Amino acid sequence: MAASPPRRIMAIWACDLPLDRWRHSENCKSGEGADAQPLALITETAHGPRINAANAAGHAEGAGRGMMLADARTLCPQLEVRPSDPAGDLAFLERLAVWAQRWGPWSAIDPPDGLLVDVSAVAHLFGGERRLIADVAQLCTARGLSVRSAIAPTAGAAWALAHYAPPGTILCPQDDIAGRLADLPVAALRLDNDVLLVLRRLGLKRLGDLTGVGEGASGRDAIHRRFRNRKSPAANPLIRMDQLMGRVPEPLLPVIPLTAALVQRRLLEPIRHRSLLDTVVADLAEDMARELEGRGEGARRLQLGLWRVDGEVVLRELELAAATRDPDHICRLFAAKLDDVDAGFGIEMLRLRTSWAEPLRIGQADLEAAAEEHGTSLSACIDRLTVRLGADAVQRPVLRASHIPERAQGWQPPLEAEPVQQEELAFHARPLKLLDRAERIAVLYASPDGYPRRFRWRGNVFEVARVEGPERIAPEWWRQKGSARLRDYYRIEDDSGRRYWIYRAGLAGDGRGGEPDWFLQGLFA
Amino acid sequence: MDMASLPRAVELASPGARNPRWQPGRPAALHSEIFAPAGEASGVGAALALALDGLRMRGRDAEGAAAEERSVLWVQDAVARRLGGRPYRPGLPKSLRHRLIHVAAKTPEDALFALEEGVRCRDLACVIGEVAGNPRALSFTASRRLSLAAEKHGVPLFLVRLDAEADLSSARMRWQMRAAPSAPPLWNPAAPGLPAWQAQLFRARSHAPGEWTLRTLRDGLAASLPDRVKAVEEASDTTLPRRTA
Repeated sequence: MAASPPRRIMAIWACDLPLDRWRHSENCKSGEGADAQPLALITETAHGPRINAANAAGHAEGAGRGMMLADARTLCPQLEVRPSDPAGDLAFLERLAVWAQRWGPWSAIDPPDGLLVDVSAVAHLFGGERRLIADVAQLCTARGLSVRSAIAPTAGAAWALAHYAPPGTILCPQDDIAGRLADLPVAALRLDNDVLLVLRRLGLKRLGDLTGVGEGASGRDAIHRRFRNRKSPAANPLIRMDQLMGRVPEPLLPVIPLTAALVQRRLLEPIRHRSLLDTVVADLAEDMARELEGRGEGARRLQLGLWRVDGEVVLRELELAAATRDPDHICRLFAAKLDDVDAGFGIEMLRLRTSWAEPLRIGQADLEAAAEEHGTSLSACIDRLTVRLGADAVQRPVLRASHIPERAQGWQPPLEAEPVQQEELAFHARPLKLLDRAERIAVLYASPDGYPRRFRWRGNVFEVARVEGPERIAPEWWRQKGSARLRDYYRIEDDSGRRYWIYRAGLAGDGRGGEPDWFLQGLFA
Repeated sequence: MDMASLPRAVELASPGARNPRWQPGRPAALHSEIFAPAGEASGVGAALALALDGLRMRGRDAEGAAAEERSVLWVQDAVARRLGGRPYRPGLPKSLRHRLIHVAAKTPEDALFALEEGVRCRDLACVIGEVAGNPRALSFTASRRLSLAAEKHGVPLFLVRLDAEADLSSARMRWQMRAAPSAPPLWNPAAPGLPAWQAQLFRARSHAPGEWTLRTLRDGLAASLPDRVKAVEEASDTTLPRRTA
């Protein structure tokens, strides 16, 4: 088997994203029109407005990112300000990530202004990695975005190169990552500001310094001790370094484009009548139910579009209280909304779209209803019983090869095949029910033959009228201890007709204990 | 109008003909309750005998041998298990041994759930339940649920009530059962014989109440009037019109 191709990650850094978006909204090119004047995008903070981004003219005047607006105004009184839009930037970045999947099968956003695209084994489609980078630069410039991109074997290395190396740097798989990145500042490790401060105070300014310290076991140990409580990668330079080298994996969350569920019907003959419209809507609802079921979703908001022959579009919206995909329910709700539709010369196309969907588990409502109506099958019945009562509550008695009464019966799950037996032991007469434990009875009066004529069980006195026995059952010497006693079973019936199975454990003077006791073990029908 | 449903002259003349006395081999009600003492197996023994009698009748007409191979569900709650033990396969009637499914429920609520699921299952030949005492869960509503489910799906239910008071219930036939001395076997008159029960049908929808001694024979169930009842019946036939329910 061929080895899988080496991992290649492309990092794209939109270095001027907020301003690029602002220029796009103002419809001006860089350094022209409104952008020619010094301008800053600001955010309101607890300590007053702070500059988020400043354009080239603003930079020239001294305004910089992270500066308080009041400070910048003292340097440059004519500085224009606009509010920044971080939420809009993030939404734009998400769309950009989906768009960037033109270069690779999956992409992830890297907030606030970066993208990561997996370009493993796809560079040849663009004529090599150098041309791929050029393609990225060209397309982004055409969209008015200034970007810097880099390709490396790991996401960490690609990010570091995109931010701190000349644009378009490519790190080949066979290159020495540590050596190529040694000159980059430690900020290339994507660390928090306080960690960067600590590293700077330690005198570790370049990645090479960090690897140099980390080379020796004691050096790495020292860094490890200093950051031993930092579990998050962004706070621990060693984890970041390992991620950059590819020694530990770095999970990334890819962006998956979601589309709204949409079904439509084009009609051969434009419809003008309500009954036909209802039929088509019912068909659409069925299609939509199937579509939503496949996604495991239910609709919260539905939009029905009716395209008329004369170019008019009629839209009807529906909001639902809870996620549903029941076609009858949807039809019934739409029916009330279609009363005032003017069909004009006819409707030629209908489209049903779910603009808001929520996860909805696939239910088995039909199964329940069918069970209510037609009864369940045996396996369904056993399933229901087992789920509520537990597996060992629903069992089937099976025979075992033993002549000791309580061992002659075992239990197994009800639908399993019975164990194969060479021959079924034929017993004389056995009771219908067997007590879980044989209960001791007190013999009040025994006949000279040895069986009781009167005994007490559970506080009642029984007069034995008829008796059959004894049936002697010897202990299983191959399994039981030598001191186990034999049993003499009697089938008895008392004067009112109650039938029991009693036994005497042992014989008088068998040398395995004292006087033998009597037990009641089974109840005959 | 269905002429067959109208009473015939002979039925009008003798009230007993329209509302006949129960006898073995008549189609059993789909929900029967059997009250029996807990210290003996007479209740469940009679329930099995009645169930087999009903199955034999059903097997004779339409479904035939298929019904003979369907499983039987036997549900017990914990108290019933402690008082009367579990079913013992070597002692079961021969035609039931291989097709018994036992449900050991902990509480009466679980037992009722199992009974209801059982009567809803069309692959069961019949359902036997054993519930001890008068639990709160076994109310009139619960018994009505069982009756309706049993009659909807056609699965007979025999609910054995151990040591219970005869409270409100919608069961179609209600029996009071206790053991009766068995007939002496042919070869050893000193030994217990085939099972016999003293059965009193005290509430039934389609039959007049009555009292019998039920006996299992080698090939079925036989009912004979107890001696003292026989005497009373003869006397009442001559002096009083028979009560119809």
